Amino acid sequence: MSNPDGVEELLSGAVFGGAPIEPSPEPLGGKSRRLGDRIFSGMSAAASVFLLLIIVGIAVFLFSRTVPAIQADTANFWTTKVWFPDSTPPVFGIAALAWGTLLSSVLALAIALPVSVGIALFIAHYAPRQMAATLGYVVDLLAAVPSVIYGLWGLTFLVPHMLGLSQWLSTYLSWIPLFAVPGGSTFRQTMFNVGVVLAVMIIPIISAVSREVFLQVPRDHLEAALALGATRWETMRMAVLPFGRSGVVSASMLGLGRALGETVAVALVLSTNYEISIHILQPGGNTFAANIALQYGFAQKLGVDALIASGMVLFVITLLVNMAARWIISRRREFSGAN
Amino acid sequence: MATDTQSPTGHPDSDLRLSGQRLPRWAVPATAAGSVVLTLAVFALTPLQGRADFLVAVGIVFLLGQTAASFLVEGRRHAVDRLATNVVYTCFVLAIIPLVAVIVTVLVHGLKVVNLTFLTHSQRNIGPTDTGGGVYHAIIGTLEIAFVTSLISIPIAVLVAVYLVEYGGRGLLARLVTFFVDVMTGIPSIVAGLFIYVVWILTLGFQRSGFPACLALAILMIPVVVRSTEEMLKLVPNELRESSLALGVPKWRTILRVVIPTALPGIITGIMLGVARVAGETAPLLLLTGYTQSINFNLFSGPMAALPTLIFDQAGRPSQSAVDRAWGAALVLIVIVMLLNLVARVIARLTRVR
Repeated sequence: MSNPDGVEELLSGAVFGGAPIEPSPEPLGGKSRRLGDRIFSGMSAAASVFLLLIIVGIAVFLFSRTVPAIQADTANFWTTKVWFPDSTPPVFGIAALAWGTLLSSVLALAIALPVSVGIALFIAHYAPRQMAATLGYVVDLLAAVPSVIYGLWGLTFLVPHMLGLSQWLSTYLSWIPLFAVPGGSTFRQTMFNVGVVLAVMIIPIISAVSREVFLQVPRDHLEAALALGATRWETMRMAVLPFGRSGVVSASMLGLGRALGETVAVALVLSTNYEISIHILQPGGNTFAANIALQYGFAQKLGVDALIASGMVLFVITLLVNMAARWIISRRREFSGAN
Repeated sequence: MATDTQSPTGHPDSDLRLSGQRLPRWAVPATAAGSVVLTLAVFALTPLQGRADFLVAVGIVFLLGQTAASFLVEGRRHAVDRLATNVVYTCFVLAIIPLVAVIVTVLVHGLKVVNLTFLTHSQRNIGPTDTGGGVYHAIIGTLEIAFVTSLISIPIAVLVAVYLVEYGGRGLLARLVTFFVDVMTGIPSIVAGLFIYVVWILTLGFQRSGFPACLALAILMIPVVVRSTEEMLKLVPNELRESSLALGVPKWRTILRVVIPTALPGIITGIMLGVARVAGETAPLLLLTGYTQSINFNLFSGPMAALPTLIFDQAGRPSQSAVDRAWGAALVLIVIVMLLNLVARVIARLTRVR
């Protein structure tokens, strides 16, 4: 959309609608035009650079506090479970936090992914047209419910209603270590409940992105499958799911990123400790974000630095997960047969 | 799909039908009724009980029954198809239950406490176990913080979007920014809060107040607004730009007077979605603003209440009146967020660029 000066000069001296125009000594708009353009494009470029600087700034500033914290730590920062940064000598590590963050997010994803794909398929290819639009709309609205409300709901509504299911799992499936309760359990405020709350939170996100991808499946592919006599499920399996696979993968990584960084919902639902346990039906465990929110009020100088160090680890993890997700999406956009 | 296809030859023998043997229409309700009866019988004869267990059992029996019937009559492929269809429907219902439950619970518990007093009074001098008080101070905080966050985010976000669509082209900076805007939407809010905490409080030495929270929330809001604004600017027809440029209007005035006004409804939609997102954020406020029971109009000094932090504060307390207040605040917050969303979507629908 560039405007070479030669063309402008030509136009400025040209004849429009038969009326001769005074040949102007310089291009229309004069110097102010180029100045205005330069200022405006400069401003928009500066804003873009500023955005990149924020990302860099987050990394730099968090890192500047992470190094002294790790140096002051008398235990191994990566493998220690306990969190006593303000005691003398300071002893703290992220092992339990990393484990809990990973466990709760993977649990959430394991619950949310199949359900979300089901919803996405339903809205994109099973539900009647008119109903599908409304349902998609409702799911989008639910993605906007603030996480603190999911936390409040999880604590006061979901936890009591999950007792039966937790009880059932521990009774009949306790031979799987995941569902075992060696120390007995009240089944409240457990990792399992956190996983379910997080799953409810990320279902709208995963299903919204998956739905968009499923809707983009070329009509030709669908009609070809149907013309070959495929049933509806075979059409899904042969045309829709392969086409949407990368989209679903990146959608679930977006959901995973959200679950990894969720703070208040976890802080409200979980009763925290610094143990590493696979038994999700017993209370306990912790996550990076919940630990920051809950410990922050009591933290003194090194305590704050230690929390920032754990935040840095969380930042790097979510950054990697999100970058991977976006990379998959962009690669798909370039190489898929759609558009 | 092709349940009633006639035999292509008109031959009376139904075995020659193009779609093969199908289950009759009454088979589905019949299986459903059968599975209810069967489960009732099982529940009567065995120690199994409970409403939820009953529903789950009926569902499983129905799935198995229909699949088996379909397998016998229609063959393996159609049986799998019916099973898959049922599973997809079940997934949908399973997911809708908790999502609807969230809304219903908030409405039921919230409506019990929300009244005019609740909306116009603060928590000042209300003890943890007292009833009464309200969320006025938190509404003030949420609105002020959301407003200032928007003031910071909107100009930056719109400029970035303009750069991406109008100036950047396929250049390196534009591609980098596009990629990292998407990545930024995934930054956990607590990390944004920690970043501003390090900069504003540890490095610059300020006290906690409402303003640093606005900065942290702006980090979360900018990418949302950039994405939607970018999409909207891309939808503006090139003919409009070209006509304006051909009339000799400088490019920057073309953008300000032609491109942005054309895309304005869409941009506003994006802004409202962004505001809705930050209005409900809790974590940065916990770190940067704290919480107070009293009214504080000043963003630049002292702790300030907001609806999310009020919910977080009250929900953790052991008394029922505090939890009730949390529900009331949740209702007010959800109404604000949903209104923003609805208005945004209505604007988007009414003024869609064609």
